Amino acid sequence: MLEPISISLASLNITTMAPMLIAIVGALAILCIDLMKEGLHKSFYVMVSLLFLLLDLGAVVDFGNIFLKNGSVLGMFDMMLIDGIAVLSQIIIVAGSMLFIPLALTSKRFHEYNYPEYFALFLFMIAGFQFMVASDNLILIFVGLETASLALYTLIALHNRSKSFEAAVKYFTMGALAAGFFAFGSMIFYAITGSVEINQIALALAKDEYVNIGFVLVAVVFLLAAIGFKLSMVPFHTWTPDVYEGSSAALAGYMSIVPKIAGFVVAMRLFEFLVHSGVVWLQVVLYVAVVVTMTASNIWALVQNDVKRMLAYSSISHAGFVMAAILIGTTQANSALFLYWALFSFTNLGAFSMLWVSRQKNLIPGQSSDHPYEKFAGLVKTMPMAAIMMALFMLSLAGIPPFGLFWGKIYMIGSAVSGGYTVLALIMALNSAIAAYYYLKLIVFMFMKEPITQYQQYYLMNASLSLKTIIGIAAIGTIFAVFAVNPLLKVITLFVYNSGY
Amino acid sequence: MQEHILSILIFFPALAAMLGFVVHKDSVRAYGITVAAIEFFLSLWLWNLYDPMTSGMQFMEMAPLVSAFGISYLVGIDGISLFIIILSTFFTLIGIASLTEKRRVKDLIITLLFLEMTMVGVFAALDAIVFYVFWELSLIPMLYIIGAWGGPLRIYASIKFFLYTFTGSLIMLVGMLFMAYFYYQATGQWSFSLLEWYRLILPVNFQMWLFAAFFFGFAIKVPMFPFHTWLPYAHGQAPTIGSVILAAILLKMGTYAFIRFSLPLFPDASVVFMFPIAILAIIMIVYAAMVAYAQEDIKQVVAYSSISHMGVIILGIFALNVEGITGSVFLMIAHGVVSGALFLLVGVIYDRRHTKLMSEFGGLASVMPRYATIFGIMMMASVGLPLTINFVGEFLSLLGFYKQSHSYTLVAGTAIIVGAIYMLSAYKKAFFGTVTKEENKNLKDVNRTELLGLVPLVIVAIWLGVYPKPLLEPINNSVEAIVQLMHDKAQTAEAKQRIPDLAHPAGLNSTQEAH
Repeated sequence: MLEPISISLASLNITTMAPMLIAIVGALAILCIDLMKEGLHKSFYVMVSLLFLLLDLGAVVDFGNIFLKNGSVLGMFDMMLIDGIAVLSQIIIVAGSMLFIPLALTSKRFHEYNYPEYFALFLFMIAGFQFMVASDNLILIFVGLETASLALYTLIALHNRSKSFEAAVKYFTMGALAAGFFAFGSMIFYAITGSVEINQIALALAKDEYVNIGFVLVAVVFLLAAIGFKLSMVPFHTWTPDVYEGSSAALAGYMSIVPKIAGFVVAMRLFEFLVHSGVVWLQVVLYVAVVVTMTASNIWALVQNDVKRMLAYSSISHAGFVMAAILIGTTQANSALFLYWALFSFTNLGAFSMLWVSRQKNLIPGQSSDHPYEKFAGLVKTMPMAAIMMALFMLSLAGIPPFGLFWGKIYMIGSAVSGGYTVLALIMALNSAIAAYYYLKLIVFMFMKEPITQYQQYYLMNASLSLKTIIGIAAIGTIFAVFAVNPLLKVITLFVYNSGY
Repeated sequence: MQEHILSILIFFPALAAMLGFVVHKDSVRAYGITVAAIEFFLSLWLWNLYDPMTSGMQFMEMAPLVSAFGISYLVGIDGISLFIIILSTFFTLIGIASLTEKRRVKDLIITLLFLEMTMVGVFAALDAIVFYVFWELSLIPMLYIIGAWGGPLRIYASIKFFLYTFTGSLIMLVGMLFMAYFYYQATGQWSFSLLEWYRLILPVNFQMWLFAAFFFGFAIKVPMFPFHTWLPYAHGQAPTIGSVILAAILLKMGTYAFIRFSLPLFPDASVVFMFPIAILAIIMIVYAAMVAYAQEDIKQVVAYSSISHMGVIILGIFALNVEGITGSVFLMIAHGVVSGALFLLVGVIYDRRHTKLMSEFGGLASVMPRYATIFGIMMMASVGLPLTINFVGEFLSLLGFYKQSHSYTLVAGTAIIVGAIYMLSAYKKAFFGTVTKEENKNLKDVNRTELLGLVPLVIVAIWLGVYPKPLLEPINNSVEAIVQLMHDKAQTAEAKQRIPDLAHPAGLNSTQEAH
């Protein structure tokens, strides 16, 4: 007869799941409220989501304090792992989501925000991302990844347009393939090490001194491809511009930030120990992937005619730039990753919100896409403030000091320099110069061309007070980033260093 | 207030520019003049407070910005930067006062005030990142000025200007990060402070690489041959005010940075690169002079002559001795005054005739006598007539390089004479002879607004030509400190010999054999 298994509840450490559970409870609450009373205004749901996210953020920050006092926390049969980078990335995920959810409060009506399910799915998605970063168990990462992705596909499709359906289906198909790759890679690791926990895998591999290096490489190929899809690294990037174009600007901006930080954390956990144990092949592949992702997407961005597509390619390029941190692998580089992404969230939030406020319901004759460059021609003459805001975000993306992203850039290039990657540092710098061209193109249209009158009615058409507030927050975050960098850097370095990265 | 005067000087124009958004567009010109005048007087007050006998940095201010990465807000000036700062505020004032632009004046003036902040900031910064911030930031107002108020090819010209300089400075940024990293390796602390970098002695091969990285950033800005191709476009398309500021101040950022960064940080590399750079500088002088001679557009003549004179400044800097560097700093001021004035003068005639082709003019001296006189004086100053401002600088620069090499100096000196030929021939074509075109017969002479800008420049050009001492003395003191620092830091025997030792002037160093 089997012994009854007795596990004390305390040893499970259920509190490690508290932040995710708060988001899930929030989602369920929204669904229940909808059952009881239908037809509530979207502002209600936005605020309820915000409140739950605030609680979520509080729980995460609380774990931050616990981490600083006692180190990493394990829970739920060691499935959950709350270490420094889990805390940091969750803060970025939740705070980023809190900044993006108010973008639903447009002055025009949009189909998707009338469904309470939209907000429920949004919260489920956040919980998924949080699970993804707060674990080093490949299965739980997989579950988190899929939860988040399935919710995201639906959110894209809810934007009721034929292009959105196309985008959702495309993303879904590609995502399914990536999920298959991920499962395959995990399986191989399990086969050679007998574990699905990354730290156990690392130990097992180190113990037998990488005798199965061939299998390790196969596993790494699959996992790299899977994560490459999520991070839209070249050559797995092909879905990105179409999906961004098909989804609403608000959601596209969200996709360029939050899912990626989750992907970076997984990549950090998975690949850094391999890079450090001198798997040269992986270093070479990562090096090539980083350089190609940065450069190729920059060159594609040069030839785009639509601002949103340009921003899509630019966000691929930024992801490639940040991926360099995982290749370099020093504490400074990993801190640079988080610093860069925190600053990038603000700037990209602003840039996509500026597109979102000038979203049209219908295209005018002769217009090929939602946001062609011509739409913004001569904006400075008709709406100087809007033009200056947009220019500010473009300059920040281009890495012009003293705006936000510049500080991320120098810290990242600085980490390449001190990590001994001189050529990479130069490539990173030159890529910023290429990128400057397409950001400038928008500035040239806004400041140096004559306005095209038929577009004028659409500027700021969607702008409501809350959207303007969000843009204002993004602008302040971008301009005064210089004062935030030092405290940010201190906290980030502390967390990253203490997690052993 | 005195201890914060530099911060006030830097941020006052930016603050005023922000408030300028509120000012009504009919009054904005007066507002701009007022702000620029206050700023100018502040900079004169700075000169008054400045102690010319001290060679080190004065009015230093320091506040940590990103202490985890060694970045701090560190500003201070010495004799080298003081006068370039005054030149910046002076030209902003003159530029706004003699503004004839009618289209969207408000945007233009606000942009100019932001530009003024970045210019003063670059010359006052003593932290590499702060320097870089202002250096890059200065591109944006200029991009806008050229791109929005320029000629038909303005967008091409402005983007070329931006991308060219931006690429160069990003390579420089990598160099800066390397410097900071070396400092970190040596001391265990990150620092971007120039004064702390000065104390670092690097191995010669590192110096060579870093010198090259910084060189890209600076040489494109100057612009040195062969990186000069953006400048004729920028000048050709820019409105008058854009050309004036570009030629008078922005180009000086490059030459100033050579003195502030390249020389004291990499003395051995500077000696190694002395002759290659001198050759580039001489090519720049000769080539630009020849191209200037072939131009039909009077603005292009001035533009190429401006490039040509920048070559003399570079030559003076890479003489690596007190005479040469002092001369080149003085020539920076002189070049600013003269080429700025020449661009203003070209603007005057362009406003009346809407053409810059010399073949369209001829005999202007009889129609516009006052204009012809001022143009004549400025042209004489430009070719370096004794008792004008350029002469002092050119003479000292060449004298400095003469100590390093006789033959190179001879070539450069000859090229300056060629300079006289193209300027005089351009002057002849435009001003002498009979009036051939009907449109030219009734041209109005310079008016009050224009005189307001031009007369001070003429006065300065002659005053400093006759009596350069008030500038030369403080410049000299600060340059001596830099040369001594370079000598002390130099490691190779050649560098020790080429860079004079001022503390112990006896011995071979001061009277060394030149070849």
